[in-house]
Amino acid sequence: MSIDLSQFFEVFFEESFEGLDAMEAELLNLEPGDLDSETINTIFRAAHSIKGGSGTFGFNSVADFTHVLETLLDQIRNGERNLETVHVNLLLKSVDCLREMLGALQSEQEPDLTDSNVLKAEFEAILNIEHDDSQASGTNVNAKSLDTYQVDFKPLHHLFKTGNEPLYLFSELADLGECSVSSDLTDLPDIHDIQPDECYLAWTFFVETHEDDKKIKEIFEWVEDDAKIDVTLCGGLFEEDESTPEEASIPEPEVIAKESSPDPGPAKEASIEPAKKPAKTSGESTSIRVGIDKVDSLINMVGELVITQAMLTQLGEGDMTENKQMALKEGLAQLAHNTRDLQESVMRIRMMPISFVFSRFPRLVRDISQKLNKEVELKLIGETTELDKTVMEKISDPMVHLVRNSLDHGLETPEHRIEAGKDPIGKVTLNAFHQGGNIVIEIMDDGNGLNTDKIKSKAIEKGLITDNESMTDDEINELIFMPGFSTADAVSDLSGRGVGMDVVKRNIHALNGSIDVTSERGTGSTFTIRLPLTLAILDGQLVTLGKHTYIVPLISIVESLQVDLKQVNCVGGGVDVLRLRDEYIPILRLFQIFNHTGAIEELDKGLLVIVESDNQKVGLLVDDLLAQQQVVIKSLEANYQKVDGVSGATILGDGRVSLIVDISGLIKLAGLKKAGSQKLAIDNSMLEPG
Amino acid sequence: MKKILAVDDSASMRQMVSFTLKKAGFDVTDAKDGSEALGIAKQGTFDAVISDVNMPVMDGITLIRELRALPEYKFTPMLMLTTESGLDKKTEGKAAGATGWIVKPFNPEQLLAVIKKVIR
Repeated sequence: MSIDLSQFFEVFFEESFEGLDAMEAELLNLEPGDLDSETINTIFRAAHSIKGGSGTFGFNSVADFTHVLETLLDQIRNGERNLETVHVNLLLKSVDCLREMLGALQSEQEPDLTDSNVLKAEFEAILNIEHDDSQASGTNVNAKSLDTYQVDFKPLHHLFKTGNEPLYLFSELADLGECSVSSDLTDLPDIHDIQPDECYLAWTFFVETHEDDKKIKEIFEWVEDDAKIDVTLCGGLFEEDESTPEEASIPEPEVIAKESSPDPGPAKEASIEPAKKPAKTSGESTSIRVGIDKVDSLINMVGELVITQAMLTQLGEGDMTENKQMALKEGLAQLAHNTRDLQESVMRIRMMPISFVFSRFPRLVRDISQKLNKEVELKLIGETTELDKTVMEKISDPMVHLVRNSLDHGLETPEHRIEAGKDPIGKVTLNAFHQGGNIVIEIMDDGNGLNTDKIKSKAIEKGLITDNESMTDDEINELIFMPGFSTADAVSDLSGRGVGMDVVKRNIHALNGSIDVTSERGTGSTFTIRLPLTLAILDGQLVTLGKHTYIVPLISIVESLQVDLKQVNCVGGGVDVLRLRDEYIPILRLFQIFNHTGAIEELDKGLLVIVESDNQKVGLLVDDLLAQQQVVIKSLEANYQKVDGVSGATILGDGRVSLIVDISGLIKLAGLKKAGSQKLAIDNSMLEPG
Repeated sequence: MKKILAVDDSASMRQMVSFTLKKAGFDVTDAKDGSEALGIAKQGTFDAVISDVNMPVMDGITLIRELRALPEYKFTPMLMLTTESGLDKKTEGKAAGATGWIVKPFNPEQLLAVIKKVIR
């Protein structure tokens, strides 16, 4: 029977990565000296499972490496060895190393063994073991049993010419015990090409015997050079001890000594086999784990949908009567209800708790704080808050950057903190929660806060602002998100990676999200990221422009109003501004931007939709507001090309395509530059792409 | 069709063992730890049990011991999956009532070779 093991690889990788995550988390919980047996057991089990799985599926490099981890952990677990900080650090490094190795294997590449060999040597130095010991072949030294061995015998083609007859060897093998055999015909050539004096066959035996593998190898001793022979112990059945337990246990050490230096080859060779079969079918399948309750509720919904559909079909038969019409309406309402529920359930499938992202931070914070010699306490709040898988994958890197920044620039050294009368241990808090249709992630530190003077002078130096601009602290803080801004005097190893806050901001914008910062000198900074729960569906306000319908994201709409012309002023550059309460809001005529004719052009005839993006408010002049509805976002870039001022498209109920307005893109397109809410400037450089 | 209960905390191993045994014509039920297996074993009857040793909640040896104590599993073949280095586990397993053991890592052919010794 041949079974393609590659079908189990994906599950193996998935569970191994999960195991590594668990190992890492537990290792971070582990303080040397304080040994909780359940914790160390969890770590051990993770290593053990990875070793077992990688051995079974033929990833021997991983199995070999995990073996030393497992040995050390086993000793710690059994109390033979005390857990020390070096062990924890070494184990953490190994977790990283294993992640990389498994990652390489997952993408069907050979893993780089440089790191693992170095680490392995470190483990071996700790364990002080001879290499051969770890390879000790298993024998039933202490529990008497009838063992089954797999014997692979693959003679070279010239075997007969050396005067050997395999049949004799086989009958000798059969003398050892019950024997079953299968032959491998893969080398057998076409009948015309067969040379009668060549041996083309190979055989696999399973022998059940009381003898050990040495005895089996002896049989094949004569043909050793003319064949490939592998003997692998598969397992065995226990037997009643004939001798007394005392007697049985006496020869133990001797047997071990004898067995401790066999050829380490066989056991490994046999298990390489599965790996040789290339994973042909493994197309890049990225899977998602979904709770069974979510799937159940989905099935439930579909069930209801089917019932509604059946009802509607029944109503559609025959002539339409008034009664039927009523029922039909009810049915349609039911259908709308079902569809909405179904949509929600489907969206829930993509939702995952943010702990998937949060969980990498304890390790990150530990590593960075060690490097920086800062003491940091990381607090995670709202780990169960769910968000879309895609959003989550994309938010991870920006968050890492922000946390790094907080540790590097935000938090002071313990000495400085003591001087400032603070707890020497700095605090970084990650907080996630839902607010409206958004998820909010806060990254808070209780460090020194942003240095507004420094930011301002830097911005002037970089030519981002002019000398005499008066700015509020909040506005100055916003400057750190400008391209080409970096306050670190010296680019440090940690923060200065060529990725500035502008990239963070851009990445978050790409997710239709926003980021802002509040900071107080001496007490700390808070970065707040707001993200839509999902990228696939948007709550939209339908607006009309002449014959066209556009969609404005509901999330960015502040209010909609009729314009009072007395409150409108024209400033330089031909931009009208509306004075609304204490703010001046620039007015963008959407019909101009999108070049439509037939739309309402007078300000007081149409409606003004006030929208906000990046703390900048603008008013969009539209003809009319239609309904609010959820729309499915279709990418323009994927289906057509990128269009400035438009973030995507959707299909309306009547089948027409409608474009979704990209507010921040629109502001850029219109060349509005925010420079204080009281003033307005037109900056042509903003019109340039990039 | 002979029924086998396969117990392993690793999903990939569980799948591999189940798949192999099903293909060989057995009816397989799997469980992710000893405690779950014990619950399942009490619900129905099985012709053989294959269990990993090191598992959370309840390990394989405890499972075998508990099962062996039940009248309906008094003579049921039970195999444990253990690494070659886990020699001491074998003694422990035998004392708990295991019928035999299978060396980890194993390939499907090796798995079947041993299983077919206790159940056909």
